Amino acid sequence: MTKNIAEQRLSEQVLAEHRPVLFRYALLQLRDHELADDAVQETLLAAWQAASNFEGKASLRSWLIGILKHKIADHWRRSVREVVTPELDQIDADKSAVDEDDFFTSNGEWHSGPSAWNDPEAALKQQEFWIIYETCQDNLPPQMAKVFMLRELVGLDADEVCRETGLSTANYWVTMHRARLRLRECLEIRWFNNPKPTKENHHA
Amino acid sequence: MRNCRDITLLISKELDNESTLSERFAVGLHVLMCSRCRNFQTQSKFISKAAHRFTEQLEDQSEKKL
Repeated sequence: MTKNIAEQRLSEQVLAEHRPVLFRYALLQLRDHELADDAVQETLLAAWQAASNFEGKASLRSWLIGILKHKIADHWRRSVREVVTPELDQIDADKSAVDEDDFFTSNGEWHSGPSAWNDPEAALKQQEFWIIYETCQDNLPPQMAKVFMLRELVGLDADEVCRETGLSTANYWVTMHRARLRLRECLEIRWFNNPKPTKENHHA
Repeated sequence: MRNCRDITLLISKELDNESTLSERFAVGLHVLMCSRCRNFQTQSKFISKAAHRFTEQLEDQSEKKL
C-alpha cells in the first residue's frame, strides 16, 4: 500500500518536472551535454525504481539531487579526471570578516563604491563579455562559487542550497552577498571600467 | 541608521525574495540618497540576469556539440 502511494507520488510526470534543474546541476559539474543527460536519465530511472525508499521527509528535489550526486561521483570514479568541485567546508567566520573589509570601511561605508555602468545590456550580446564573466565566476572562492551557482545557475531556492551545502541560513545570505560584491567588482574592473577602444573590430 | 554594508546585504536578500517589508522599505529609502548602493542594486540584478543567460548558453552550446 505504502509502495503504491510512493509510486503515485513519483509518477513519470512528477519526476520529469525536476529534469531541467537536475540537468543544469549535472551540466555545471560535468560540462558535457551527453554525460549530463546520461547522469540525469540514470538518476530518474534509479528514483523510479527506488520510489518506495522515498519517504517524503526530504523534498523530492533534494532526494533526486542526492541520487544525481552519486551518479556524478560514479562518473568521476570511472574516468581518470579528478573531481573538480571539492565538498564544501563551513565558512570560516574570521576569513569572511576580512573579506568584507575589502569592500567597506569599519563604519560600513563603501571603500570605492560601485560606479555607474555604461549599457550593460549591450555587453550581454558580446562574446568577449562572456569570457570575462566566466573568469570572474571562476575566480570566486570554491565554496562561494558553489553556493552562487546552485542558486543562480541551477535555480535551487535558498533552503535547498542550505541543505546541499550544510550552510546555515545566515551564512547563506552572507555568502551570496559576498559573491555578488566580488562578481560586481570583477566585472567593473575587467569589463565596464576597462577601455575597449578596438572592441568593435575584434570580429575581424 | 543602517550603513551601506547592511543595506547591500538586504539588497542581496531582496533579490532572492527573502526580505521583509520593513527591510525593503529601508533599502528603498537608502538607495534614494545613495548612488553607490543604487548601482549595487541595479548591477546585482544584472548579474542575476547574466548568470541565467550564461546557463542558457551553456545548455545551447553543449547541445550543438552533440
